[in-house]
Amino acid sequence: MPDLLLDVQGLETQFKTPEGVIYAVNGVSFGLKEGETLGVVGESGCGKSVSMLSVLRLIPSPPGKITAGKAYYRGQDLLQMSNEEIRHVRGAQIAMIFQDPMTSLNPVLTVEYQLTEPLLLHLGMNKEQARARAIELLEMVGIPNAKERLADYPHQFSGGMRQRVMIAMALACNPQILIADEPTTALDVTIQAQIIELVKRLRDELGMTIIWITHDLGIVAGLAQRVIVMYGGFIIEEAFVKELYANPKHPYTIGLLGSLPRIDEQERQRLFSIDGLPPVLYNKPTACPFSPRCKWAMDRCWKENPVLETVGPDHRVACWADVKTGRAR
Amino acid sequence: MAEKVALLKVENLVKYFPIYRGVFQRQVGAVHAVDGISFEVFPGETLGLVGESGCGKSTAGRTILQLYKPTSGNVHFDGANLVTMKGEDLRKMRRKMQMIFQDPYASLNPRMTVGEIIGEPLMVHNAATPREIQDRVAELLELVRLSPGFASRYPHEFSGGQRQRIGIARALALQPSFIVCDEPISALDVSIQAQVVNLLEDLQKQFGLTYLFIAHDLSMVRHISDRVAVMYLGIMVELADRNTLYADPLHPYSQALLSAVPIPDPVAEEQRRRVILEGDVPSPVNPPSGCRFRTRCPIAKKGVCDEKQPEWREAKPGHFVACHLVA
Repeated sequence: MPDLLLDVQGLETQFKTPEGVIYAVNGVSFGLKEGETLGVVGESGCGKSVSMLSVLRLIPSPPGKITAGKAYYRGQDLLQMSNEEIRHVRGAQIAMIFQDPMTSLNPVLTVEYQLTEPLLLHLGMNKEQARARAIELLEMVGIPNAKERLADYPHQFSGGMRQRVMIAMALACNPQILIADEPTTALDVTIQAQIIELVKRLRDELGMTIIWITHDLGIVAGLAQRVIVMYGGFIIEEAFVKELYANPKHPYTIGLLGSLPRIDEQERQRLFSIDGLPPVLYNKPTACPFSPRCKWAMDRCWKENPVLETVGPDHRVACWADVKTGRAR
Repeated sequence: MAEKVALLKVENLVKYFPIYRGVFQRQVGAVHAVDGISFEVFPGETLGLVGESGCGKSTAGRTILQLYKPTSGNVHFDGANLVTMKGEDLRKMRRKMQMIFQDPYASLNPRMTVGEIIGEPLMVHNAATPREIQDRVAELLELVRLSPGFASRYPHEFSGGQRQRIGIARALALQPSFIVCDEPISALDVSIQAQVVNLLEDLQKQFGLTYLFIAHDLSMVRHISDRVAVMYLGIMVELADRNTLYADPLHPYSQALLSAVPIPDPVAEEQRRRVILEGDVPSPVNPPSGCRFRTRCPIAKKGVCDEKQPEWREAKPGHFVACHLVA
């Protein structure tokens, strides 16, 4: 498909540990259209962050290794690029913001230094231009007294303000794609709301394409157009946001939505809970990774891993069972 | 309806943490962690205590249990004032009130077996002989849906959700009537949170437990609580029955807090209007004069809100609020 900005096919990433190989990502394929916001949802260890880090080749290697797959960005495979080439993509074309703004900012350098560095490196600006742009960026992300605050160090900012600085850094070179890896998880709800509002505003103003990684199905509901649900290193369901929430097809997605209490809940109902634990991926799964926790599991689920199949308009799911009837699809 | 007798009655509870500086370690100030809160908890109910990080909700829980010595105020539990109690008397009271902690990794001693961890309160309080302790541990493990065989294992062998169950079993060991749950699910994955919350609800029904449920997840608090209290910067701003508070919050902070919570439903999200608060929570070392929320309040009035601290009053039956501008 030519209209995809990012086209990832069959991505596999593994980590070598003293206990054995961890199969973190096991064949992930997805496309990203220009201007859309894609939500990537899953619990810790499902491979959502590792897949996106793999696309940018930010996996520490060793122990990590991308063992298969392609990731086309504007027709070029990011996974085949030289280190020099990918360096020009990172930050300049595809930028990333992380969960913990304190550990991703350098504590001994001023915000000015960290904010102007990509401008000097990627865009070849001179110092004055870079400084002016840095002030503009801080103002854009809503930091008061931007001019004075340039000389401050990260610890002088609050958590929400630091995340704003991170966003300003990510936007410094006008990237095409912004990958946000749980950027609001460490923040309080009122600050989270501020950051999400900011990202929505910037998305509309700058026409940015966004991949938003989170475990919070609530955030995705208000922000994303399309959603990918991951489990055990696989994509298990993919659909437009309204379709997914109204009509979830995978038992895991159904369980996840059912296990969330809602703030507009009227009558108290017992929460739907998924028994058991998420898998530890020491072996390459040959069966459906969710089958030990699935109440619809059939013989076939224990033997063969289902592939993503189209079940409706732009709705794909990897499950042998039809949850409506409880029988094979 | 007959007047219910409160199991726990907190009156004007204050907890300051002093700040010392310099060579002579002079006290130069204090963190006003909890600054005068009053409320009651009735037998068999769950009172949810919500607020953002640093609002004093955990300190409130710990000060109520006398894990911190209160700076001032009274805590009446089961007819006795815990604040004036000392030594053996207080120790005996502690059997009736227990705590479940947030971090299931830090709150279990890695060098003790699960059996030792769960049996420790029984031993400390001389509540059972070693043989009885063994039986009781097995019983408690089953109660939290873990295998009794786990008693000889160590905490590192368990997942976060299982560890939290061990923490719950330990809290239940002395058959308390009151448990402070300090963010018991915040560190857990979404699918595991529901397991633990369901367990807490089952245990409450089975033993008639009373919970003070401290959390920052407002949806979960609504789900588990009968009544909910909202804290901001050391004070309580609102307290009401769960449905009333969520449907009709009176305090501007509660309104903003509730509107900031994302709903896992794209259709509902589209129709929502958010109150976005500006700025950050001020420092509790030097809280704003008058109403503590006025620096971020969208409707704060000069000359009113910055001069006097609003009093904690019952605006409607059972609905308490601290705001000058609420009728």
